[in-house]
Parts: sequence; C-alpha cells; structure tokens
Amino acid sequence: MISLFASLRGDRAGIILLILLLLATVAVPVCNLVVPENSPVHISTFTMALLGKYLCYALLAISVDLVWGYLGILSLGHGAFFALGGYAMGMYLMRQIGDRGVYGNPLLPDFMVFLNWKDLPWFWHGFDMFWFTLLMVLIVPALLAIVVGWFAFRSRVTGVYLSIITQAMTYALMLAFFRNEMGFGGNNGLTDFKDLLGFSLQSDSTRAGLFIASALALAFGYISCRYITRSRLGQAALAIRDQEARLRFIGYRVENIKLWIFTFSAMLAGLAGALYVPQVGIINPTEFSPLNSIEMVVWVAVGGRATLYGAAVGALLVNYAKSFLTVTFPDAWLFGLGAIFVLVTLFLPKGVAGLFKKQEAHR
Amino acid sequence: MISSSSLRSLLNREEVFPFLVPDIPPELDLSHGVILYLEGISVSFDGFKAINDLNLYIDDGELRCIIGPNGAGKTTMMDIITGKTRPDIGSAWFGQGINLLKLDEPEIAAKGIGRKFQKPTVFEEHTVHTNLELAMAGDKSVWKTLKAKLSSEQKDSIYEVATLIGLKEQIRTRAGSLSHGQKQWLEIGMLLMQSPKLLLIDEPVAGMTQQEMERTAELLTTLSGQHSVIVVEHDMDFVRSIARKVSVLHQGSILAEGTMDEVQNNQQVVEVYLGE
Repeated sequence: MISLFASLRGDRAGIILLILLLLATVAVPVCNLVVPENSPVHISTFTMALLGKYLCYALLAISVDLVWGYLGILSLGHGAFFALGGYAMGMYLMRQIGDRGVYGNPLLPDFMVFLNWKDLPWFWHGFDMFWFTLLMVLIVPALLAIVVGWFAFRSRVTGVYLSIITQAMTYALMLAFFRNEMGFGGNNGLTDFKDLLGFSLQSDSTRAGLFIASALALAFGYISCRYITRSRLGQAALAIRDQEARLRFIGYRVENIKLWIFTFSAMLAGLAGALYVPQVGIINPTEFSPLNSIEMVVWVAVGGRATLYGAAVGALLVNYAKSFLTVTFPDAWLFGLGAIFVLVTLFLPKGVAGLFKKQEAHR
Repeated sequence: MISSSSLRSLLNREEVFPFLVPDIPPELDLSHGVILYLEGISVSFDGFKAINDLNLYIDDGELRCIIGPNGAGKTTMMDIITGKTRPDIGSAWFGQGINLLKLDEPEIAAKGIGRKFQKPTVFEEHTVHTNLELAMAGDKSVWKTLKAKLSSEQKDSIYEVATLIGLKEQIRTRAGSLSHGQKQWLEIGMLLMQSPKLLLIDEPVAGMTQQEMERTAELLTTLSGQHSVIVVEHDMDFVRSIARKVSVLHQGSILAEGTMDEVQNNQQVVEVYLGE
C-alpha cells in the first residue's frame, strides 16, 4: 500500500489530478445535495451524472493509455472490455428490478418474458448477488483479454495487425450481442433499472454515491497504473514498445508481460463500464461498436500518450466538447472529432500533456 | 489382466513414476572445457543455403573472432545460437548438457548466452542506468519484475559496469542521446549485466573512430577469461588486435581456422577475400 503511494513521488501533474479529484468527490455531492437549488453554485443531478460519466471515461482512457502509451499495443477494442463490465453490472441491475417489471415476473427480466422464455439462462444465475457481480465485472473482461492476448502475443502478432484483431473482436461481440437469442436483451440492451444495493437509482444521494465511487475508482486506477509504470515491469513494458526483440534476448518473456498488463488494463476498463451503466441507465450493443473504441484512442491522443494523467484529461476534454457539440451542432460531432484528431496530431503530437511538459522544460 | 509382477511394481513404495520426477533444467556443464558445440548445422531460406554443414567448437574462456565476406552466414549463425532461427538439421549444445535447439530466446538468455546486435539496439527512451538495470541477471518473471527493487549490491554492480564501459558520467543520460560508439559500449555493458557465460558480439566496432576502437579492443580482451566471447567483425585491423584464434566463415561453413597469420596465409582464404 505504501509503495503504491510512493510511486507518486515526483509526479506533479498526477498529484494535482488526484487533489482535484479529491476536491470533486467532496464538492460535487455537497453542491448537489446540500446547496439549495436556487444558489449559483448548485450542481444539478443531471450535471453530476454527466460528470460521473466523464470520470468513467477517464478511467477507461487510462486503461487504454496503459497498453498503448506504455506497451505499444494500439488496442482498437477496449470498448469491448468496457461494455462487458457494463453488461455484468446491467445484469445485476436487471435482477434487482424483481417483480417491478412491466410483466411482473419475479425471476425473468422483461425481455425474456417477451421472448417467451421459461427459465433464466445459466449465465444469468448469480447476478442477483452484488459480490458475484463485482467479481464478474473484473473476471469477464480479464478472461477475454487473456484468451485474445494469449493467442495474439504468443504468435507475435504486433502493430497494425494486432489493432485489427482487437477491432474485429469488439465488432464480433457487437454483432453477437445484437442477437436476441444471446440472452442480453438484443438491440435494446438492458435498461429500466430501478435500484442498486437497495438504493433507488432515481434518488440524488445514490447518484452522489455513484459519482464518489467513480472518482475513487479513477484515483485507484491512476495510482495502480502509475505503480506499474514506475516499476521495473513498467520500464520493461516501455522497452517492449521500443525494441521488443531486444528485450527477448535479455531474457524477458515478452508475451507474458504483454498478457498481464493487457489483462489488467481490460479489468480497469470493465470496472469503468460497471460504474458507467448505473449512471447512464442503459447498456446496449452499440457500446461494442468499433467507433467507440476509436474514440477512446482519440481521447488518449488528445491528452498525450504515456502520461496517464494526460489520458484522463483528454477524456474529459473530448467528452466535454462532445456534449457541447452534439447539443449545438448535432450533425457536426463526427467532423469535430476528426478535426480534433487531425489538429492534435499536427500541432500537439504529445497531446495536451505535452504543453505542460514544454512549460516545465522552459522553466 | 494385470500380472502379479506388474501389480507389485505399481505398489512398490520406492517406485517413482517418470511423470512425477520434476523436470530439472540441466545446468551448464563445462567438464570437457568446451562451451559451445555446433555440429552439422544447415539452414536454408527459400532454397538459399545460409548455413551449410557448419561445425564450430568454442572453448570455455576463449575469445574467438569470426570473419567472412558479406552473406557468409555470420548473423544467421548467431540467430541459431540465440534461438531466433531454427536450423533444418544439426545440433547445437551449450556445454555438455543444454540443447539449444529446444529452448527459445528468453530461455537461452537465462542459461547464459548474451548477444550484441550488429546495429546498436539499446532502449533509447531509457537512461543508461535503466538499460543496465533491465539487462541485469535475475528472475525476470512478470510478478518478480513488478516487485523488483535494487539491492545495494545490484546498484554497485550497475555502477561497476558503467565505469567499465566508460559511461559513469552519463549514467542518468537518455540512451538515445549517446554517440554511436557509446551506444555500442552500452550494449556490451548490458551484456555484462546479464553475466552471461558466452557473449556473442556482432560487429562491435562498426562506425567507431580509431580511438573508440582501441578502447573496445581493450574491453573485449579483459572480458575473455571469465567469459567466452565470440566476435564477428569485418575490420581486419581490429581482429588482429584482439584475436588469438580466428575462424573464417564462407558460404555457410568454416573455411579455415587458426591464428590470424595462419589464416591470412591460407590460399583459399585469400581467394575468397580477394577473388570477389
């Protein structure tokens, strides 16, 4: 535990990020719950949920940066891990509805009753327990990462081919989850959630709790990634990014290092997804869409690769721009995203984090 | 039906079944004074025989130079020893007991064969210190690497090697900003950190100044004795300055072997080198 925090030594930007995060965990719920509604510093529940969503994206961006920035694996399928974590949480929330659904079936979620299913599919068992759900939120993305990574890294697939494989992985999962007979609600996904651990998802205090949980998860994700990247394993990961073959001749099992870091990253993404779903109230197969995964890569590129805090900042900035643009110019968002990516690549190759670094170097 | 004798052997308490015997990896056995055996090795790429019935023996503690024209198969030979390329036929043994053809790159590295590449390949984004630290001998499994901390002896050995390769002042410098010669030395230093028994060094003085070359020669000579060293080199002056025994590689097999003078007076060698 102590060594976890020791890894923050000398990390000015990271410490600033964590302090801001800590302030937000206190300030945002207070401004929402305590401050009266007519006060100028009141934060609406909608804004708080939006901020909570951004925090989940930031955690996801950090997980992408861990494999892209530090390990050189450009994953275009991290959305799959995010969505799997989200679906695991969604299944728990569906089971929490109980007999309050439209059809009032105490065991089966509405969509299963609609499809005339008589029994709960085997993989839906256990999701009535929160601890089991939490375990699955981490284990399911990890298993997918282990299987894909084991085959890909062992056969030394690298570079653009690996990116294509990860992209195909998330696309295949999207098509699978669109099918009704998969048992995950088809293209409607899972929605109409009522409560989490017995707390109503509609209440402000539950929302505040979710916001705090997201902020803590982001802090945990940041510190653990920082710990990994500061360790010798992190140095070896950078070495893999730059000179993979050389590291092998020094005696490292490159495929194992890749596999474990990739898997850890997938678990973080799953955690982000699990926190995201109760805050937005729905999970459906579009979360698997390749476009989402590409957007994640853009967040990291905008924020700055291989900085971790840059990824978080990039996720916040791009998503703020997205929220703004999709409201004011709904049709222009994708062009905006493309423009951001091009401009950042041309003028800020090291992302927003590169700006700070440049200033520090001048000082 | 199980006969009574086989039943008795199954019930025998002293019987150790073969699948229960732990697979103890053979240690390096140098009892015959030879560290590397390459016997009858051939390998071809798309019909081109890069190595053709190659036989090579390296003694423990020896400094051997291997020379030969371009395309003679020098780099391919190193690839075979380090596990990057598998030969079509032949055998490669490290000491008496380690079959190199059954191991992959990290395993071979762990057994004690280090390699320096033709083009200096150091980790450019890392400091000299981290380059050496990464190369350091030890358990390189994922978990151990995550938890790794430098002990004071390890710190000392990093500084020792940095001093030996003349990069003590630059120890916190990014490896990418070193000069070409310094990168070559850093790579040799990384080899030393692995504390290998056998060093394979591919063209150590390519692109070096005369001065740097002399220092490299000095460095390599001090290494032999505790380590066995194989140097592949084009530069004849350099080879003469360090070599005791030279092997000439031509079209994938050994053409001649002996001291530098013997080799240079060998009629076949002269033809190969001058005939081109």
